[in-house]
Amino acid sequence: MAGHLQFDLVSPERRLASLTATEVQIPGADGDLTAMEGHAPTITTLRPGVLKAIAAEGTKAYVVTGGFAEISATGVSILAERAVPVEELTAPLLDRLIADASEATAVAVDKDVADKAMADLLAMKAATGF
Amino acid sequence: MPSLKDLKNKIASVKNTRKITKAMQMVSAAKLRRAQEAAEAARPYAERMGAVIAALASGQGEGGPRLLSGSGRDQTHLLVVMTSERGLCGGFNSTIVRLARAKAAELLAQGKTVKILTVGKKGREQLRRDWSQYFVGHVDMSEVKRVGYANAQSIAREVLAAFEAGEADVVTIFYNRFQSVISQIPTAQQIIPAKFDAAETNALYDYEPSEEAILADLLPRGVATQIFTALLENGASEQGARMSAMDNATRNAGDMINKYTTIYNRSRQAAITKELIEIISGAEAL
Repeated sequence: MAGHLQFDLVSPERRLASLTATEVQIPGADGDLTAMEGHAPTITTLRPGVLKAIAAEGTKAYVVTGGFAEISATGVSILAERAVPVEELTAPLLDRLIADASEATAVAVDKDVADKAMADLLAMKAATGF
Repeated sequence: MPSLKDLKNKIASVKNTRKITKAMQMVSAAKLRRAQEAAEAARPYAERMGAVIAALASGQGEGGPRLLSGSGRDQTHLLVVMTSERGLCGGFNSTIVRLARAKAAELLAQGKTVKILTVGKKGREQLRRDWSQYFVGHVDMSEVKRVGYANAQSIAREVLAAFEAGEADVVTIFYNRFQSVISQIPTAQQIIPAKFDAAETNALYDYEPSEEAILADLLPRGVATQIFTALLENGASEQGARMSAMDNATRNAGDMINKYTTIYNRSRQAAITKELIEIISGAEAL
Protein backbone atom coordinates (compact mmCIF):
# COMPACT_ATOMS: atom_id res chain seq x y z
CA MET A 1 0.00 0.00 0.00
CA ALA A 2 1.48 3.23 -1.12
CA GLY A 3 1.64 6.21 1.19
CA HIS A 4 -0.53 9.25 0.83
CA LEU A 5 0.27 12.80 0.07
CA GLN A 6 -1.76 15.97 0.18
CA PHE A 7 -2.53 17.29 -3.28
CA ASP A 8 -3.54 20.94 -3.72
CA LEU A 9 -4.29 22.60 -6.98
CA VAL A 10 -4.77 26.35 -6.84
CA SER A 11 -5.32 28.85 -9.61
CA PRO A 12 -5.07 32.61 -9.07
CA GLU A 13 -8.83 32.81 -8.76
CA ARG A 14 -9.66 29.88 -6.56
CA ARG A 15 -8.64 26.57 -5.06
CA LEU A 16 -9.57 23.91 -7.58
CA ALA A 17 -8.77 20.78 -5.70
CA SER A 18 -7.54 19.66 -2.35
CA LEU A 19 -7.44 15.93 -1.79
CA THR A 20 -5.35 13.05 -0.61
CA ALA A 21 -3.65 11.25 -3.43
CA THR A 22 -1.29 8.34 -3.69
CA GLU A 23 0.65 9.77 -6.59
CA VAL A 24 0.63 12.88 -8.72
CA GLN A 25 1.88 13.00 -12.29
CA ILE A 26 3.21 16.42 -13.14
CA PRO A 27 4.11 17.82 -16.57
CA GLY A 28 7.37 19.47 -15.51
CA ALA A 29 9.25 21.88 -17.72
CA ASP A 30 12.12 19.42 -18.04
CA GLY A 31 9.89 16.41 -18.49
CA ASP A 32 7.11 14.61 -16.71
CA LEU A 33 7.60 13.46 -13.18
CA THR A 34 5.57 11.57 -10.65
CA ALA A 35 5.49 12.61 -7.04
CA MET A 36 4.78 10.08 -4.33
CA GLU A 37 5.11 10.15 -0.60
CA GLY A 38 8.67 10.84 0.49
CA HIS A 39 9.66 12.64 -2.69
CA ALA A 40 12.65 14.94 -2.30
CA PRO A 41 11.51 18.56 -1.90
CA THR A 42 11.43 19.99 -5.40
CA ILE A 43 10.17 23.09 -7.11
CA THR A 44 9.61 22.82 -10.82
CA THR A 45 7.93 24.94 -13.41
CA LEU A 46 5.17 23.42 -15.50
CA ARG A 47 4.75 23.18 -19.20
CA PRO A 48 1.29 23.01 -20.77
CA GLY A 49 0.13 19.45 -20.32
CA VAL A 50 -2.05 17.08 -18.38
CA LEU A 51 -1.73 16.83 -14.63
CA LYS A 52 -2.99 13.65 -12.97
CA ALA A 53 -3.74 13.02 -9.34
CA ILE A 54 -4.27 9.37 -8.57
CA ALA A 55 -6.25 8.78 -5.42
CA ALA A 56 -7.96 5.82 -3.84
CA GLU A 57 -11.34 7.01 -5.05
CA GLY A 58 -10.20 7.54 -8.62
CA THR A 59 -7.98 9.56 -10.88
CA LYS A 60 -8.47 13.24 -11.43
CA ALA A 61 -6.91 14.82 -14.48
CA TYR A 62 -6.48 18.49 -15.20
CA VAL A 63 -5.15 20.42 -18.13
CA VAL A 64 -2.70 23.09 -17.01
CA THR A 65 -1.08 25.77 -19.12
CA GLY A 66 1.73 26.87 -16.88
CA GLY A 67 2.74 27.67 -13.36
CA PHE A 68 4.80 25.70 -10.94
CA ALA A 69 4.68 22.77 -8.59
CA GLU A 70 6.01 22.62 -5.09
CA ILE A 71 6.71 19.07 -4.03
CA SER A 72 7.56 18.09 -0.51
CA ALA A 73 7.72 14.72 1.22
CA THR A 74 4.14 14.99 2.42
CA GLY A 75 2.37 16.94 -0.27
CA VAL A 76 2.25 18.50 -3.68
CA SER A 77 0.89 21.95 -4.34
CA ILE A 78 0.40 23.05 -7.88
CA LEU A 79 0.06 26.73 -8.63
CA ALA A 80 -1.36 26.76 -12.11
CA GLU A 81 -2.02 29.87 -14.11
CA ARG A 82 -4.97 28.13 -15.70
CA ALA A 83 -6.29 24.70 -14.89
CA VAL A 84 -9.30 22.93 -16.30
CA PRO A 85 -10.57 19.45 -15.40
CA VAL A 86 -10.08 17.21 -18.43
CA GLU A 87 -13.75 16.29 -18.57
CA GLU A 88 -14.64 19.97 -18.93
CA LEU A 89 -12.19 20.48 -21.75
CA THR A 90 -13.74 21.28 -25.08
CA ALA A 91 -12.32 22.04 -28.47
CA PRO A 92 -13.34 25.73 -28.44
CA LEU A 93 -11.73 26.16 -25.02
CA LEU A 94 -8.51 24.60 -26.27
CA ASP A 95 -8.59 26.81 -29.32
CA ARG A 96 -8.94 29.82 -27.07
CA LEU A 97 -5.96 28.71 -24.99
CA ILE A 98 -3.96 28.32 -28.17
CA ALA A 99 -5.08 31.72 -29.40
CA ASP A 100 -3.98 33.28 -26.11
CA ALA A 101 -0.66 31.52 -26.37
CA SER A 102 -0.05 32.71 -29.91
CA GLU A 103 -0.87 36.21 -28.77
CA ALA A 104 1.72 35.84 -26.03
CA THR A 105 4.20 34.49 -28.58
CA ALA A 106 3.79 37.61 -30.65
CA VAL A 107 4.76 39.95 -27.82
CA ALA A 108 7.02 37.64 -25.83
CA VAL A 109 10.46 38.84 -24.85
CA ASP A 110 11.83 35.34 -24.84
CA LYS A 111 10.87 33.84 -28.17
CA ASP A 112 12.14 30.34 -27.44
CA VAL A 113 10.13 29.93 -24.28
CA ALA A 114 6.93 31.13 -25.88
CA ASP A 115 7.45 28.91 -28.90
CA LYS A 116 8.02 25.92 -26.65
CA ALA A 117 4.84 26.67 -24.74
CA MET A 118 3.02 26.85 -28.04
CA ALA A 119 4.42 23.51 -29.18
CA ASP A 120 3.52 21.93 -25.86
CA LEU A 121 -0.01 23.21 -26.15
CA LEU A 122 -0.41 21.74 -29.61
CA ALA A 123 1.02 18.43 -28.42
CA MET A 124 -1.45 18.49 -25.55
CA LYS A 125 -4.28 19.13 -27.95
CA ALA A 126 -3.26 16.08 -29.92
CA ALA A 127 -2.85 13.98 -26.76
CA THR A 128 -6.30 14.82 -25.40
CA GLY A 129 -7.85 13.88 -28.69
CA PHE A 130 -9.24 17.09 -30.13
CA MET B 1 -42.82 79.66 3.48
CA PRO B 2 -43.27 76.75 1.09
CA SER B 3 -46.82 75.72 0.43
CA LEU B 4 -48.25 72.49 1.75
CA LYS B 5 -48.17 70.98 -1.71
CA ASP B 6 -44.48 71.84 -2.16
CA LEU B 7 -43.66 70.20 1.13
CA LYS B 8 -45.62 67.11 0.21
CA ASN B 9 -43.75 66.82 -3.08
CA LYS B 10 -40.45 67.30 -1.35
CA ILE B 11 -41.19 64.54 1.14
CA ALA B 12 -42.23 62.19 -1.67
CA SER B 13 -39.03 62.90 -3.57
CA VAL B 14 -36.79 62.32 -0.56
CA LYS B 15 -38.65 59.09 0.12
CA ASN B 16 -37.87 57.95 -3.41
CA THR B 17 -34.22 58.85 -2.94
CA ARG B 18 -34.17 56.85 0.24
CA LYS B 19 -35.59 53.85 -1.57
CA ILE B 20 -32.84 54.07 -4.15
CA THR B 21 -29.98 54.47 -1.67
CA LYS B 22 -31.39 51.63 0.40
CA ALA B 23 -31.50 49.39 -2.66
CA MET B 24 -27.97 50.37 -3.63
CA GLN B 25 -26.78 49.56 -0.16
CA MET B 26 -28.33 46.14 -0.37
CA VAL B 27 -26.85 45.48 -3.79
CA SER B 28 -23.43 46.53 -2.51
CA ALA B 29 -23.78 44.25 0.48
CA ALA B 30 -24.40 41.31 -1.82
CA LYS B 31 -21.57 42.31 -4.12
CA LEU B 32 -19.28 42.86 -1.19
CA ARG B 33 -19.79 39.31 -0.04
CA ARG B 34 -18.94 38.04 -3.47
CA ALA B 35 -15.89 40.30 -3.72
CA GLN B 36 -14.69 39.16 -0.33
CA GLU B 37 -15.10 35.54 -1.33
CA ALA B 38 -13.11 36.17 -4.49
CA ALA B 39 -10.35 37.85 -2.48
CA GLU B 40 -10.41 34.98 -0.03
CA ALA B 41 -10.23 32.38 -2.81
CA ALA B 42 -7.25 34.09 -4.41
CA ARG B 43 -5.27 34.21 -1.21
CA PRO B 44 -3.71 30.71 -1.20
CA TYR B 45 -2.21 31.23 -4.64
CA ALA B 46 -0.82 34.66 -3.84
CA GLU B 47 0.61 33.53 -0.53
CA ARG B 48 2.29 30.45 -1.96
CA MET B 49 3.60 32.45 -4.87
CA GLY B 50 5.00 35.12 -2.58
CA ALA B 51 6.60 32.54 -0.31
CA VAL B 52 8.31 30.67 -3.14
CA ILE B 53 9.57 33.84 -4.80
CA ALA B 54 10.81 35.15 -1.48
CA ALA B 55 12.60 31.87 -0.78
CA LEU B 56 14.20 31.95 -4.21
CA ALA B 57 15.00 35.63 -4.09
CA SER B 58 16.73 35.49 -0.74
CA GLY B 59 19.12 32.94 -2.22
CA GLN B 60 20.06 35.31 -5.02
CA GLY B 61 22.88 37.75 -4.57
CA GLU B 62 23.54 40.80 -6.68
CA GLY B 63 22.96 40.49 -10.37
CA GLY B 64 19.71 38.57 -10.16
CA PRO B 65 16.94 39.06 -12.68
CA ARG B 66 16.16 42.68 -13.46
CA LEU B 67 12.66 42.43 -12.09
CA LEU B 68 14.24 41.74 -8.72
CA SER B 69 17.31 43.92 -8.73
CA GLY B 70 15.81 46.76 -10.73
CA SER B 71 17.07 48.39 -13.87
CA GLY B 72 19.92 50.00 -11.97
CA ARG B 73 18.29 53.39 -12.13
CA ASP B 74 15.73 55.15 -10.05
CA GLN B 75 14.71 57.86 -12.45
CA THR B 76 11.35 57.06 -14.00
CA HIS B 77 8.53 56.10 -11.71
CA LEU B 78 5.38 54.53 -13.07
CA LEU B 79 2.41 54.95 -10.78
CA VAL B 80 -0.48 52.60 -11.40
CA VAL B 81 -3.53 54.22 -9.83
CA MET B 82 -6.40 51.78 -9.39
CA THR B 83 -9.81 53.25 -8.78
CA SER B 84 -13.39 52.34 -9.47
CA GLU B 85 -15.49 52.76 -12.58
CA ARG B 86 -18.50 54.05 -10.74
CA GLY B 87 -19.09 56.78 -8.25
CA LEU B 88 -21.32 57.02 -5.19
CA CYS B 89 -18.85 55.22 -3.02
CA GLY B 90 -17.89 57.87 -0.52
CA GLY B 91 -14.23 58.75 -0.23
CA PHE B 92 -13.06 55.56 -1.89
CA ASN B 93 -11.54 57.11 -4.99
CA SER B 94 -10.45 60.34 -3.36
CA THR B 95 -8.29 58.59 -0.79
CA ILE B 96 -6.41 56.64 -3.46
CA VAL B 97 -5.99 59.70 -5.63
CA ARG B 98 -4.81 61.77 -2.70
CA LEU B 99 -2.14 59.22 -1.84
CA ALA B 100 -1.02 58.95 -5.46
CA ARG B 101 -0.92 62.72 -5.81
CA ALA B 102 1.20 63.11 -2.68
CA LYS B 103 3.60 60.46 -3.92
CA ALA B 104 3.82 62.01 -7.39
CA ALA B 105 4.47 65.47 -5.96
CA GLU B 106 7.17 64.06 -3.72
CA LEU B 107 8.85 62.31 -6.65
CA LEU B 108 8.70 65.42 -8.81
CA ALA B 109 10.27 67.44 -6.01
CA GLN B 110 13.15 64.96 -6.04
CA GLY B 111 13.60 65.57 -9.74
CA LYS B 112 12.26 62.19 -10.85
CA THR B 113 10.16 61.54 -13.90
CA VAL B 114 6.62 60.52 -13.12
CA LYS B 115 4.32 58.51 -15.34
CA ILE B 116 0.77 57.64 -14.43
CA LEU B 117 -1.24 54.67 -15.61
CA THR B 118 -4.83 54.83 -14.50
CA VAL B 119 -7.09 51.87 -13.98
CA GLY B 120 -10.73 52.79 -13.63
CA LYS B 121 -12.50 55.91 -14.82
CA LYS B 122 -13.05 57.77 -11.58
CA GLY B 123 -9.42 58.18 -10.67
CA ARG B 124 -8.60 59.39 -14.14
CA GLU B 125 -11.28 62.05 -13.89
CA GLN B 126 -9.95 63.27 -10.58
CA LEU B 127 -6.35 63.36 -11.76
CA ARG B 128 -7.06 64.83 -15.17
CA ARG B 129 -6.99 68.48 -14.18
CA ASP B 130 -3.53 68.75 -12.69
CA TRP B 131 -1.76 65.61 -13.79
CA SER B 132 -2.92 64.83 -17.30
CA GLN B 133 0.49 65.62 -18.80
CA TYR B 134 1.89 62.62 -16.91
CA PHE B 135 -0.71 60.15 -18.18
CA VAL B 136 0.77 57.31 -20.19
CA GLY B 137 -2.23 55.07 -20.43
CA HIS B 138 -5.57 54.00 -19.14
CA VAL B 139 -7.11 50.62 -18.51
CA ASP B 140 -10.83 50.62 -18.94
CA MET B 141 -12.61 48.24 -16.59
CA SER B 142 -16.16 49.40 -17.26
CA GLU B 143 -16.92 46.31 -19.35
CA VAL B 144 -15.58 44.00 -16.68
CA LYS B 145 -18.35 42.53 -14.59
CA ARG B 146 -16.17 40.32 -12.52
CA VAL B 147 -12.47 40.91 -12.12
CA GLY B 148 -10.58 37.94 -13.48
CA TYR B 149 -6.97 36.99 -13.53
CA ALA B 150 -6.91 37.83 -17.23
CA ASN B 151 -7.53 41.50 -16.37
CA ALA B 152 -4.58 41.51 -14.02
CA GLN B 153 -2.47 39.77 -16.64
CA SER B 154 -3.16 42.39 -19.27
CA ILE B 155 -2.25 45.19 -16.86
CA ALA B 156 0.86 43.27 -15.85
CA ARG B 157 1.82 42.82 -19.49
CA GLU B 158 1.60 46.55 -20.05
CA VAL B 159 3.65 47.31 -16.96
CA LEU B 160 6.27 44.69 -17.79
CA ALA B 161 6.55 45.94 -21.36
CA ALA B 162 7.18 49.46 -20.07
CA PHE B 163 9.81 48.14 -17.71
CA GLU B 164 11.55 46.03 -20.36
CA ALA B 165 11.59 48.95 -22.75
CA GLY B 166 13.29 51.09 -20.13
CA GLU B 167 10.31 53.43 -19.92
CA ALA B 168 9.91 52.78 -16.23
CA ASP B 169 12.42 51.97 -13.51
CA VAL B 170 10.16 51.67 -10.51
CA VAL B 171 6.54 50.63 -10.61
CA THR B 172 4.19 51.31 -7.73
CA ILE B 173 0.52 50.39 -7.51
CA PHE B 174 -2.04 52.37 -5.57
CA TYR B 175 -5.17 50.73 -4.27
CA ASN B 176 -7.40 50.49 -1.24
CA ARG B 177 -6.76 47.56 1.01
CA PHE B 178 -9.94 46.18 2.47
CA GLN B 179 -10.03 46.13 6.21
CA SER B 180 -13.69 46.33 7.03
CA VAL B 181 -16.86 47.83 5.65
CA ILE B 182 -16.12 51.14 7.28
CA SER B 183 -12.39 51.20 6.85
CA GLN B 184 -10.31 50.83 3.72
CA ILE B 185 -6.64 51.65 3.77
CA PRO B 186 -5.16 53.44 0.77
CA THR B 187 -1.97 51.57 0.02
CA ALA B 188 1.05 52.18 -2.16
CA GLN B 189 2.91 49.03 -3.06
CA GLN B 190 6.08 48.82 -5.06
CA ILE B 191 5.93 45.86 -7.43
CA ILE B 192 9.02 46.43 -9.58
CA PRO B 193 11.74 45.95 -8.43
CA ALA B 194 10.04 43.24 -6.43
CA LYS B 195 10.10 43.60 -2.70
CA PHE B 196 9.50 40.54 -0.63
CA ASP B 197 9.86 39.93 3.02
CA ALA B 198 12.92 37.83 3.60
CA ALA B 199 11.68 34.31 4.00
CA GLU B 200 13.07 31.64 6.19
CA THR B 201 14.54 29.05 3.86
CA ASN B 202 13.75 26.02 5.94
CA ALA B 203 13.44 23.34 3.31
CA LEU B 204 16.18 22.66 0.83
CA TYR B 205 14.49 22.30 -2.49
CA ASP B 206 15.69 20.81 -5.71
CA TYR B 207 14.98 23.14 -8.57
CA GLU B 208 13.99 22.13 -12.05
CA PRO B 209 15.14 23.51 -14.49
CA SER B 210 17.34 25.83 -12.39
CA GLU B 211 16.87 28.32 -9.63
CA GLU B 212 17.49 31.24 -11.97
CA ALA B 213 15.17 29.93 -14.66
CA ILE B 214 12.35 29.39 -12.19
CA LEU B 215 12.83 32.81 -10.71
CA ALA B 216 12.82 34.40 -14.16
CA ASP B 217 9.62 32.53 -14.92
CA LEU B 218 7.96 33.36 -11.63
CA LEU B 219 8.71 37.05 -11.27
CA PRO B 220 6.41 38.20 -14.10
CA ARG B 221 3.74 35.93 -12.68
CA GLY B 222 4.39 37.45 -9.28
CA VAL B 223 3.75 40.90 -10.71
CA ALA B 224 0.47 39.74 -12.22
CA THR B 225 -0.51 38.08 -8.96
CA GLN B 226 0.18 41.22 -6.95
CA ILE B 227 -1.87 43.28 -9.38
CA PHE B 228 -4.65 40.70 -9.21
CA THR B 229 -4.65 40.78 -5.42
CA ALA B 230 -4.77 44.58 -5.52
CA LEU B 231 -7.68 44.53 -7.96
CA LEU B 232 -9.62 42.16 -5.75
CA GLU B 233 -8.89 44.13 -2.59
CA ASN B 234 -9.95 47.24 -4.45
CA GLY B 235 -13.16 45.58 -5.56
CA ALA B 236 -14.06 44.58 -2.03
CA SER B 237 -13.12 48.01 -0.72
CA GLU B 238 -15.23 49.74 -3.33
CA GLN B 239 -18.31 47.77 -2.36
CA GLY B 240 -17.59 48.29 1.32
CA ALA B 241 -17.18 52.02 0.79
CA ARG B 242 -20.34 52.20 -1.28
CA MET B 243 -22.23 50.24 1.32
CA SER B 244 -21.34 52.60 4.14
CA ALA B 245 -21.85 55.67 1.94
CA MET B 246 -25.30 54.46 0.98
CA ASP B 247 -26.09 53.56 4.57
CA ASN B 248 -25.28 57.14 5.53
CA ALA B 249 -27.34 58.48 2.66
CA THR B 250 -30.30 56.36 3.67
CA ARG B 251 -30.06 57.58 7.22
CA ASN B 252 -29.76 61.20 6.12
CA ALA B 253 -32.79 60.80 3.89
CA GLY B 254 -34.70 59.44 6.89
CA ASP B 255 -33.72 62.45 9.00
CA MET B 256 -34.73 64.76 6.19
CA ILE B 257 -38.12 63.10 5.86
CA ASN B 258 -38.72 63.49 9.59
CA LYS B 259 -37.76 67.15 9.44
CA TYR B 260 -39.99 67.92 6.50
CA THR B 261 -42.87 65.94 7.95
CA THR B 262 -42.67 68.04 11.13
CA ILE B 263 -42.68 71.25 9.09
CA TYR B 264 -45.55 69.93 6.99
CA ASN B 265 -47.68 69.06 10.00
CA ARG B 266 -46.92 72.36 11.68
CA SER B 267 -47.94 74.37 8.62
CA ARG B 268 -51.07 72.28 8.21
CA GLN B 269 -52.07 72.98 11.79
CA ALA B 270 -51.25 76.65 11.39
CA ALA B 271 -53.49 76.79 8.35
CA ILE B 272 -56.34 75.12 10.24
CA THR B 273 -55.89 77.46 13.20
CA LYS B 274 -55.91 80.40 10.85
CA GLU B 275 -59.16 79.30 9.25
CA LEU B 276 -60.77 78.75 12.65
CA ILE B 277 -59.76 82.20 13.83
CA GLU B 278 -61.20 83.68 10.65
CA ILE B 279 -64.52 81.88 11.19
CA ILE B 280 -64.69 82.82 14.89
CA SER B 281 -63.78 86.46 14.35
CA GLY B 282 -66.25 86.57 11.45
CA ALA B 283 -69.01 85.24 13.73
CA GLU B 284 -68.10 87.71 16.51
CA ALA B 285 -68.28 90.64 14.07
CA LEU B 286 -71.95 89.92 13.37
